Amino acid sequence: MTEKREYVLIEHEKPWTYEEDGLKVARGSAWTGPGCHIGCGVLLYTDENGRLVKVEGDPENPFNEGRLCIRCLALPEVTHSTKRLTYPMKRDKALRGKNQFERISWDEALDTIEAKLKEIAEQYGPESVLFMQGTGRDIAAWISRLAWSYGSPNYGFPLSGLACYLPRVSGMYSTTGSFWVCDCSQQFPDRYDNPEYQDPEVMILWGNNPLISNSDGFFGHWVVDLMRRGMKTIVCDPRMTWLGARAEIVLPVRPGTDAALALGMLNVIIGEDLYDHEFVELWCYGFDELAERAKEYPVDKVAEICWVDADRIRTAARLFANAERACVQWGVAVDMTREALPAGQAISALTQITGNIDRPGGMIIPPELIFYGGGFGADLLTPEQTNKRLGMNQYPLLKFGFATFQPDVALRAMETGDPYEIRGLWLQTTNTIACMGADPKRWLAAAKKADFIVCTDLFMTPTIMALADYVLPAATYPERDGLRIGDGPQRGETINKVVQVGECKSDMEINLELGRRLNPEAWPWQDVKEMFTSMIAETGYDFDGLRAVAPAYPRYIYRKHEKGLLRRDGSPGFNTATGRIELWATVYANAGLDPLPYFEEPEPGPGSTPELLDEYPLVLTTGARNWGMFHSEHRNIPRLRSLRPDPLIEVHPDAAEKFGLKDGDWVWVENQLDRAKRRVKLWPALLDARFCSTDHAWWFPEADPEKLYEVFDLNINNNVTWTPGKSGFGSNYKCMLVKLSKVEEGETHD
Amino acid sequence: MTDTYGILIDYHWCTGCHSCEIACQMEFGFAIGQGGIKVFEIGPWQIEGDTWQFDFAPVLTDQCDGCANRALAGKQPTCVHHCQARCMTYGPLSELAIALADHRKQQLYSL
Repeated sequence: MTEKREYVLIEHEKPWTYEEDGLKVARGSAWTGPGCHIGCGVLLYTDENGRLVKVEGDPENPFNEGRLCIRCLALPEVTHSTKRLTYPMKRDKALRGKNQFERISWDEALDTIEAKLKEIAEQYGPESVLFMQGTGRDIAAWISRLAWSYGSPNYGFPLSGLACYLPRVSGMYSTTGSFWVCDCSQQFPDRYDNPEYQDPEVMILWGNNPLISNSDGFFGHWVVDLMRRGMKTIVCDPRMTWLGARAEIVLPVRPGTDAALALGMLNVIIGEDLYDHEFVELWCYGFDELAERAKEYPVDKVAEICWVDADRIRTAARLFANAERACVQWGVAVDMTREALPAGQAISALTQITGNIDRPGGMIIPPELIFYGGGFGADLLTPEQTNKRLGMNQYPLLKFGFATFQPDVALRAMETGDPYEIRGLWLQTTNTIACMGADPKRWLAAAKKADFIVCTDLFMTPTIMALADYVLPAATYPERDGLRIGDGPQRGETINKVVQVGECKSDMEINLELGRRLNPEAWPWQDVKEMFTSMIAETGYDFDGLRAVAPAYPRYIYRKHEKGLLRRDGSPGFNTATGRIELWATVYANAGLDPLPYFEEPEPGPGSTPELLDEYPLVLTTGARNWGMFHSEHRNIPRLRSLRPDPLIEVHPDAAEKFGLKDGDWVWVENQLDRAKRRVKLWPALLDARFCSTDHAWWFPEADPEKLYEVFDLNINNNVTWTPGKSGFGSNYKCMLVKLSKVEEGETHD
Repeated sequence: MTDTYGILIDYHWCTGCHSCEIACQMEFGFAIGQGGIKVFEIGPWQIEGDTWQFDFAPVLTDQCDGCANRALAGKQPTCVHHCQARCMTYGPLSELAIALADHRKQQLYSL
């Protein structure tokens, strides 16, 4: 397509790059690395030596309006850190785990990797190489193309149950044909002033502290903007947070019981006839069945499950349903439960039966410039290779628009060779044994069986030290050109290269250069700019053209279902089998799953294994975000590390007294599986003395590399198993039973 | 006659995100932990029922020069520019003093 679509643009005072007081300034987007989920508008200042000296928020960019979080503000100390990987390296396979890497040239690295991958493909089939990534870098499109052009259907994330965001994406597409986010006016360049826009009256913040986590495309402080404009909030969180302290009502839900809470709220809204009859009648399918299901969750029963006062649940449900405009901003605490799909389905139903669908201040469909959700280049795979994707047979839902392998099935293949041996691993920006991987020692043992392992990242990590045969140095975002398209509502922006560090190359350059060696027809572009231009051809812009005008906003239209804008056939309705929002999900029924939302007790847990409570009396949630860190990153940036030098576990003073612990004590956090070290932070804001909460993805870059930077002392996922939900989506990363005991002097994990 | 400028902080809305601190440290190359502004945490403690004390209060230090050079270039102080909650206002003291009278939980700094 070459159509020139219509975009809404903003006025720029200056061109995208200009001089200011002896410095060069470049306007652009901040996505990525280091990792981030949003991509603010930034001004990058470089000096005459080509060094990045300052990053400022771009006041012209409507997304962040000049604001910036500390990870971008401190970026010069990341980009120019002396600890960066700055050239390719190799290490003999027999020396995995030893700090004995040898510097090599890019030519040698790419020649060897090409030869080795071709050899594996010929001997064992390309499916025996897994291509994996972490989160938060905008590299999925290129890694998936690398995998598929090589002939491997196995691209994905080493995360049990794909339990981060993908459960909800899959669930929403399955039940509504679209994806949904809160309307904070982010789709309009004139933002809150847009004449069509209206603020939500009520927002539920569910398992999410967006101010710190800034999840996919959602600039957390928009919530503060809206609160200052009068929006009320309902906060579902086991802790009293800053947001909770300003909320209309707080629901201190027991971690892992979110589905029950949502079903209890549905019970109130339907039972008290607070739902939107007209919307349900016109646009929803399966309401009666949902109503029957909700009857199984009377509020008193739900209160008992969730450890939340019944009247609080009723008040929250009424407040939400009675609002003219309401939405739910939810965190991965929901996706990171084993039965995440029905949990998300129940939460979505709250917004659906109240009619808060594609209308101002409700839930909106993020507009797309280009569709990239299904990966880039799936047509490159033969049907025969496509059918070898790990997990497709066990989990039919994976066929529904999803291109990733199922990680728990992939782990078993790595361990057992069933259905085939895994020979090679391509690990691009995933620090698996510090972050995503459940039971990281198990994953590491399985990964070590591979004959050939390549890692690409910004810094040395425990995962690279443990596994890599070849290491390729990746670029931070000021070192590369790129496209900023997703997540959330898309807008056309570019990432603009202003510095070069060592021999680093961008993820996309690495993928392009290796890709064209493996399959030249699939990678016909001279350079990355040409590749980007080709990708965005349908927008009518080339890379330089987009860079000059960026950000380019697609024109946004509300109530698309009424206007026939969601279905291929142009008829009104939603892009589902029934043309309606499916409260009773056809897709789930066809996949042999319960078509209605339900709750299952997390296991182990107080509801499923009460016999464990004597030994493990505390309910732990993990993954609370820190201002200065993105998952396993930033521990090696002193300015950011100074704000959180140690991994902390927040413990209620009453619980601490019971365990004989005081503030600052180092403790083992132990469950039936394993243990990890934390420092106690006494925290009265835990809303039940049985709750405790910790951050995740810890390793100590300053520790001994050959002890893998103490990652197995510190990784809280030591306590998490690889057990996905029935659909293949979801896993219990954030709810477990634990006990705490003091670490003895000099004691380590093993 | 030039008006004295100041910064008004509506600290009820300060989320404790540290953007003001790090922006200042990076603008002036201050040592880690130092700088022209520092954010203090007040709470959390339960006052009664659902009422909690949970605030953050940025305080200007001796190292703050009001971003004099930025002001000459017509820019806001970097802390104000980057404040994620937009709870900081830079302007003539006479105007800020009027805004100060509007509601509680604000603090006004003369630069």
